[in-house]
Amino acid sequence: MRAFHLILALAALLLAAPAARADDAFAQALGALNAESYADKINAAEALAALGDGRAAQVLDALADGRLMVAAGGAILIDRGGSYADPISGQIVTAQADAITVNNRLRSVARAAAGRLALFSPDAAARKSAVEAIMNSPGPEAADMVRAALAKEFDDSVKAAMITALASLDLTSADPARRLDAVRQLADSSDPSVRSQIETLLQTETDASVRQVAEKSLASIQFRVTLMGFVANLFQGLSLGSVLLLAAIGLAVTFGVMGVINMAHGEMIMLGAYTTFAVQQLFRALLPPDLVDLYLVAAIPAAFVVTALVGMGLERGIIRFLYGRPLETMLATWGISLVLQQVVRQIFGATNMEVANPAWMTGGWELAGGFTLTYNRVIIIFFCLAVLGGLAALLRWSSFGLHMRAVTQNRPMAAAMGIPTGRVDALTFGLGSGIAGIAGVALSQIGNVSPNLGQAYIVDSFMVVVFGGVGSLWGTLVGAVSLGVVNKFLEPYAGAMLGKILVLVFIILFIQKRPRGLFALKGRSVES
Amino acid sequence: MTDDILMDEPRGPGMATPGSILYVDSVTVSFDGFRALNELSLIIEPGELRTIIGPNGAGKTTMMDVITGKTRPDQGDVLFDGGVDLTRLTEDQIANLGIGRKFQKPTVFEHLSVFENLELALKCKRDTLTTLLFRLNGEQRDRIDQVLGTIGLQDKVRMQAGALSHGQKQWLEIGMLLMQDQRLLLLDEPVAGMTDAETEATAALILELHKDPHHSLVVVEHDMEFVRALGARVTVLHEGSVLAEGSLDAVQANAKVVEVYLGR
Amino acid sequence: MHSILNPARRGFWFGFIGLGALFLLVIPGLNLLVPVESALHVPNYMVTLIGKYLCYAILAMAMNLVWGYCGVLSLGHGAFFALGGYAMGMYMMRAIGTRGSYGNAELPDFMVFLNWKELPWFWYGFDNFAFALLMVMLIPGVLAFIFGWLAFRSRINGVYLSIVTQAMTYALMLAFFRNEMGFGGNNGLTDFKDILGFDLSQSSTKLGLYWLTALLLGATFLVVRFIAASKLGRVMMAVRDAESRVRFLGYSVTGVKLFAFTVSAVLAGIAGALYVPQVGIINPSEFSPANSIEIAIWVAVGGRGTLLGPVVGAFAVNGAKTWLTGAAPELWLFALGALFIIVTLALPKGLVGLWADLRARTAKENAHD
Repeated sequence: MRAFHLILALAALLLAAPAARADDAFAQALGALNAESYADKINAAEALAALGDGRAAQVLDALADGRLMVAAGGAILIDRGGSYADPISGQIVTAQADAITVNNRLRSVARAAAGRLALFSPDAAARKSAVEAIMNSPGPEAADMVRAALAKEFDDSVKAAMITALASLDLTSADPARRLDAVRQLADSSDPSVRSQIETLLQTETDASVRQVAEKSLASIQFRVTLMGFVANLFQGLSLGSVLLLAAIGLAVTFGVMGVINMAHGEMIMLGAYTTFAVQQLFRALLPPDLVDLYLVAAIPAAFVVTALVGMGLERGIIRFLYGRPLETMLATWGISLVLQQVVRQIFGATNMEVANPAWMTGGWELAGGFTLTYNRVIIIFFCLAVLGGLAALLRWSSFGLHMRAVTQNRPMAAAMGIPTGRVDALTFGLGSGIAGIAGVALSQIGNVSPNLGQAYIVDSFMVVVFGGVGSLWGTLVGAVSLGVVNKFLEPYAGAMLGKILVLVFIILFIQKRPRGLFALKGRSVES
Repeated sequence: MTDDILMDEPRGPGMATPGSILYVDSVTVSFDGFRALNELSLIIEPGELRTIIGPNGAGKTTMMDVITGKTRPDQGDVLFDGGVDLTRLTEDQIANLGIGRKFQKPTVFEHLSVFENLELALKCKRDTLTTLLFRLNGEQRDRIDQVLGTIGLQDKVRMQAGALSHGQKQWLEIGMLLMQDQRLLLLDEPVAGMTDAETEATAALILELHKDPHHSLVVVEHDMEFVRALGARVTVLHEGSVLAEGSLDAVQANAKVVEVYLGR
Repeated sequence: MHSILNPARRGFWFGFIGLGALFLLVIPGLNLLVPVESALHVPNYMVTLIGKYLCYAILAMAMNLVWGYCGVLSLGHGAFFALGGYAMGMYMMRAIGTRGSYGNAELPDFMVFLNWKELPWFWYGFDNFAFALLMVMLIPGVLAFIFGWLAFRSRINGVYLSIVTQAMTYALMLAFFRNEMGFGGNNGLTDFKDILGFDLSQSSTKLGLYWLTALLLGATFLVVRFIAASKLGRVMMAVRDAESRVRFLGYSVTGVKLFAFTVSAVLAGIAGALYVPQVGIINPSEFSPANSIEIAIWVAVGGRGTLLGPVVGAFAVNGAKTWLTGAAPELWLFALGALFIIVTLALPKGLVGLWADLRARTAKENAHD
């Protein structure tokens, strides 16, 4: 029965049968779905799929959903929410019909088969994802189906995917020549799953020439997989490092320059993220849809201004009374952080807010081996470098930067020279907070925006500053990037959490050796 | 502890043991490229009283920091009592060897009473457990009373040190130095902010201490009257090294010293 | 003796005995002897609640020893508390025996659930109560000693020390969240049945635990008082005021801080061990940095560097927390946040200091009249 259908179907496909014969085959396969046993139904569904007929997809979908009906006369119909459609002609019919019963196994077979049928979909993207679907759960006739689809394929990228897929399916072919072709074909792959397929092949392969080529291919895949893994770790490490850096730059200003431990720094980041959310909502409400994506550009200055103002308010209202009492400052700013979290919770609620990536930040460069450089993370890496560069330039060349350095190095002398030290303090704190706000804009693009957002970064960003060396922007950069990269390289061996623990333990031990961090300032002024 | 044995053997200048109480040889300290001390060499003999003068930034305080272990020199040797390498010890180990220091800016423990400040300075074993179980004995109490008399703070015994005037804090700190009963005393500008009468009293106190060959003293001071009153050998520091050494008159006549002090 | 505590010595003993009688006799008496209908009756849940506060008070006294007297603000004291609690929890887990859901005599339920076949080595011995008690003190003590030795020796002080201790408790929290660690992961240790054979669900056991906690708070009080009134206590205060000056006097600041830190960690561990049987659960969230910072605020509210302050602060803040999280939960974080700000800005000496100032002022006014 099944073999018969299969032969029929293949004949229909390969010989490019005329429409009438296709209709016959289709109707026959369709009728077989109304079988007694589930085993027969499963066979029928497989056979229907094997026809490669575009109409079969909706039949199988309907079957999986329990919407495939049998009319009194035995005709198979699709339930379209009240009305019935004839799958062969596509016309609406009126009839009395009962649903064909399905069990879980039949349902999953039908779904998988419908997925494979997408190989013949008119949409190239659908065809490509169908290839992937087949590779994830290859059936017995998968190779033939892909081969059939490949013959009709005209899109180059889909074609390439199909060739790779076919090669890895052919690895299990009974024909040694096919296997040889396949291992040759796959030598250019950098996919770990292909590697394990060839490894499996090598365990049972008896043909000497296939073995030889397979081993060579395996070595070249292995090399590329290792390289890709390294690049992937490096990228993820840089990405984490850039996030840490963004979170820590503001601290480098408030802690490094002013010596103020701001435990509410994380909440400044959180406020920046919520400002981004608010700007997005405003753009959505007021602007035409094609301009909404610009919200992100507007959010950067908005977040900076909002958090800088909050920061200046806190400095003038609370923190300035605590100068010279660093431990108390720490406790008071912790209190501020609790209040800010609760304020946001009252206004926006405790749930996560959705901030959408603009179109130009979604997607990414797909590298081989299923690894993608996502645009949002790439952009954030460059963005954080820009922020760091901007800050360095401000400190180095602007008169505000000069005043700031003067006040931090010798407050009474700076005051004697007419520098308004109070205003400089407020502006410096505002600057640090504003940068935290900008960090919030960036973080809203890669994660959830919730009132607890800042808490996740507070320990890490302090570690970065302490590790890099307080008061050194260069140290903050090196500290953030090295911690990020080390973390990501540890992860595959130790797991995400243990990796993080190891990094923390390392820093704790490291500052025993160098209490002033990597790039320590040396001098009498810092030794007090 | 071996430190105690070392402290219990006073060595006057007349004793046969060769060597100096403090031996500083080509010590260099730099902060971010600025050389605070530049190959400084200095020898203090046992029982000696030495005054050190020099313009601001000459390296006087840094020198004291190096001797007391606060600052590690980039190079050079600092030896105490003929052989103990001070550059490898911590501040508390150095203090227990027998070196005491009075700071330029008086630093007393503001939340403790005058009595308690002196009690903490009292010469005795100072490890943590002994300190936990410490009880003052009559002899030690007498010693505290005696020093209270010397520094004239008898009626302020119970007062918190933070409530004292600047001058009284200076005296309290001198009192703490006396309580420690050290062999080498480093005094950084002891009369800064004192009245003339107090300055005279301080000079007298220092000369009194000097009478005991057990004590060696190094006094850094700007006040030339005070330096003259001490009548000791004078070392002039300039830009981190020794510019001149000798009696005050000889030093004041030195052309290089005049140039440094009166400007170029 | 020439101690600053001296003038208040009689007042101290008066207050100590008075508070002891309140916690040891009056509250249990009102619970046991007064009929339930009476307005004076202290219900069972209140006894447990006060017992919890008493644990917090021990923890606050421990924190005060190291912060209030020695000036070392540890933001990781919650970790020592939790470690003591875990050690006690491990004993009570082993004591469940075959009464767990899986009926395994050797392995606690969560290990059976994770398909573990053998008890991990670090769980050995915890079936013995004396061993568990030793670990309650030893584990926090040894961790504090090693950590403190590393940190104080390298002169990590002030905010740096706070940040590093915070990282320590954060790292421990992440570690205890892992199932592989063998401490029950997320859920921690719970479902305890009894302690030394006394059924934990019995109100008499609860009252006994309460009583023991009150007794140990008294003991902690005496220990801290002994240290604070010793010469070492004065050296600790000197370290707090001018650390480097203490070195030049010949005291090892590393040694002094290490002593305070280690003793404090042991006390915190004991507090944790008393806490867990009373609340019936210990999980990794006890390690969260926020918890440790909250301990600091109890001490600050009550009064740093005073004997009674931490007890007052622990009761005041936690009492307010219990009341407010019931009455208006959304206000609690505002109140707590405001408390941090107000205490640091306006009440540097805490409630006890405020009381002393007020008394001094009225005494002065009376003298003028």
